[in-house]
Amino acid sequence: MGLSRDESGGEDGLYKLLREKSVEIRFHGRGGQGAVTAATLLVAAALNEGKWGQAIPSFGAERRGAHVLAFARISERPVPIHSQVRRPEIIVVLDSGLLLAEEERKKVLAGASSDTIIVANTPKPVNVGGAKLYYVDATRIARELGLVVAGWPVVNTSMLGALAKATGIVSIDSVLKAIKSYWPGRLGELNAEAARRAYEETRLAQAEKITVTR
Amino acid sequence: MALEAEEKTGVRRGTVIPMRGNDAVAYAVKLSRVKVVAAYPITPQTIIVEKIDELISKGEMDAEMIHVESEHSALAATYGAAVGGVRAFTATSSHGLVYMYEVLWWAAGSRIPVVMAVVTRAIGAPWNIHVEHSDILSTRDTGWLIAMAENNQEALDLTVMMFRVTEDPRVYLPGIVGLDGFILSHTVEPVEVPDQELVDEFLPPRRQPYTIESGAPIAMGNIIPDEAFEEHRMDMHESMREARRVIEEAGREYGKLTGRDYSSLVECYKCSDADYLFVGIGSWMGDAKIAVDALREKGLRFGALRLRWIRPFPWDELREYGLEKKAVIVLDRSISFGYAGPVFLEVSSALEAKPSMVGVLAGVGGVDVNYEDMVKIAEHVAGLVEEKGRVYVPALWYHLGEFYPMKPGPLPTRKTPRHVNKLLEELWSKKT
Amino acid sequence: MRRLGSRKQRKSRLRGEMVLAGSSPSRKDVLVVEPGDHFYPLSVAAPGSMGRTGSWRTQRPVVNAEKCIGCYMCWLYCPDNTIIMREKAGPRGQDVASIDYEYCKGCGICANVCPVNAIEMVDESKFISQS
Repeated sequence: MGLSRDESGGEDGLYKLLREKSVEIRFHGRGGQGAVTAATLLVAAALNEGKWGQAIPSFGAERRGAHVLAFARISERPVPIHSQVRRPEIIVVLDSGLLLAEEERKKVLAGASSDTIIVANTPKPVNVGGAKLYYVDATRIARELGLVVAGWPVVNTSMLGALAKATGIVSIDSVLKAIKSYWPGRLGELNAEAARRAYEETRLAQAEKITVTR
Repeated sequence: MALEAEEKTGVRRGTVIPMRGNDAVAYAVKLSRVKVVAAYPITPQTIIVEKIDELISKGEMDAEMIHVESEHSALAATYGAAVGGVRAFTATSSHGLVYMYEVLWWAAGSRIPVVMAVVTRAIGAPWNIHVEHSDILSTRDTGWLIAMAENNQEALDLTVMMFRVTEDPRVYLPGIVGLDGFILSHTVEPVEVPDQELVDEFLPPRRQPYTIESGAPIAMGNIIPDEAFEEHRMDMHESMREARRVIEEAGREYGKLTGRDYSSLVECYKCSDADYLFVGIGSWMGDAKIAVDALREKGLRFGALRLRWIRPFPWDELREYGLEKKAVIVLDRSISFGYAGPVFLEVSSALEAKPSMVGVLAGVGGVDVNYEDMVKIAEHVAGLVEEKGRVYVPALWYHLGEFYPMKPGPLPTRKTPRHVNKLLEELWSKKT
Repeated sequence: MRRLGSRKQRKSRLRGEMVLAGSSPSRKDVLVVEPGDHFYPLSVAAPGSMGRTGSWRTQRPVVNAEKCIGCYMCWLYCPDNTIIMREKAGPRGQDVASIDYEYCKGCGICANVCPVNAIEMVDESKFISQS
């Protein structure tokens, strides 16, 4: 296995590679929740599986509590792309509040279609207008494990476990390995445990169809 | 994860690590055994310096870090170290680069090799921290070599290469490696970090034309007769032209060692058989490649030609690939107000404006431009060419999905809100 | 100050190898000073970079050794280093200023700073010798 610099996209070309062999993911969180770190860990997990990945932070009004975005792409082969994700196939929501307030909810669902998978941190299903919703109470898992930093439960690593369960784009083993090498020692063990628990607890919710807001 | 050597080709690999573009530059600096780094922090360059500081404090890198009070001092200190006889490095962005502009000329004119990373960012006012190429292109005429990365891997590779090229006695000019602010600097992607012994083999011991030391005083930059000054400039010009040969040699050897070949000053994606060509610099040329394939699916034969080097200018390559095309679309992420984008002007002069040419301005101040936008741009331009036969448009601004030709045509305006005007009027009347 | 002479001369002056003091002797720490074939804007201190500037003079400073107290003020202030102090050469055994007329431009600063008015500026025409 190695990093291929062959960016020709093969016979099918790069456009097909992007459409058919790549997954585009968008993370929504609050400033301080670790959305950017989650995207970065996802890339490391993908790399563990010999895939190519990319994590893009979206900077602007980043401050504690504000709605922040991060993007990620996972592909079988390197894609020479550096623009933002506009139509995510997967949306990860780190804070249920972002799906409750109408203004924030619009931002979360922007560019989503009925095929989009939403993975959300929420104790019970919330209305995502009909998209496929997977949910897990990551906040509770974090509290139970004592994963609290500056008063906030750390939910980003749990959500990676949930993402692995809901979509299978990376295996839970790759996620755990990525987490442990990012934080060597006890912190890594705790975060990996959070991801593992979230992987087990993630459930699919039934919901009605959403309107496409692209 | 260490990768096995590919014995057949002689290519040795390194370790693939997911990292930000700025980390990639920092690792390149470490691998190049830089001895002195002087810098002043500015978004989005900061991570480079932080990472180098971290590597030094962990004992992984043997270098001196000088924290200075401004960018002018940053380059002055870097230059001072270099002239004293060590590999030296600095990094900056936007306002920082503008602030050190004077020292750029002193470093180049003294013929002392120095390497700098420029993380591209818009220049205020108004304040903007996102990508634009006005900062790096403002260094065009200073006598520095200028390379521009498309991705994080290239940011690392070009930085290592830049030390070798600038320290070649045929060149002896400083060099800038550009990488797009946030788009590369803060984006995490897999980067293959070459092994130290590989870089040691690629990079010869530092060479420089002279040193200034205590005990053997010489002065650099004294006033000299006008004729001598002109000869000096002629010599710099010749060295910059010679640099292209040095780059090709170094790029070829780097390719032999790592499997990543940089022997060409440009990167050509499907441009040989193309009717139309995208030309541009930086990270968005990756999206242009995707657009090329999307357009080919639609029956439009496009290609993408990325200028990896801006100085020396890839004149021959441009002419080889560009002269016979139906139309050339030059993508510019900065503007020379009232005329066109700087890259367009360079490309247009190299191609003698023989093909149809359209200079597209977009993505200024970090506005996201992706392959879909480029498909739209391409179809628009192909339509113009079909309709009119031959077109030459220096500045066609693409903004949020709409086209704004320089003249005639309406421009988007966000005028100052009325209440602000009223407030200003009130303030003014009080004053007078 | 003067330019480093011809390209060839500049090369020979700069040629050589050196090892950085205080660094380990590994291969990577060896710095090679290798002058390429370029024009370097370097100069070394030497008299006469602009030629024999004594010809620029319209007034000549003349030192009165009787008055001179050997204070070195003129020596300190001369912008062209043309004051030559002759040690213990004065009538009272004091150091005395003399002037290198090859290069003295006649600016008069020495006369101006002399605390005892021992330097007088005399028109050059006074020194036309009759044949």
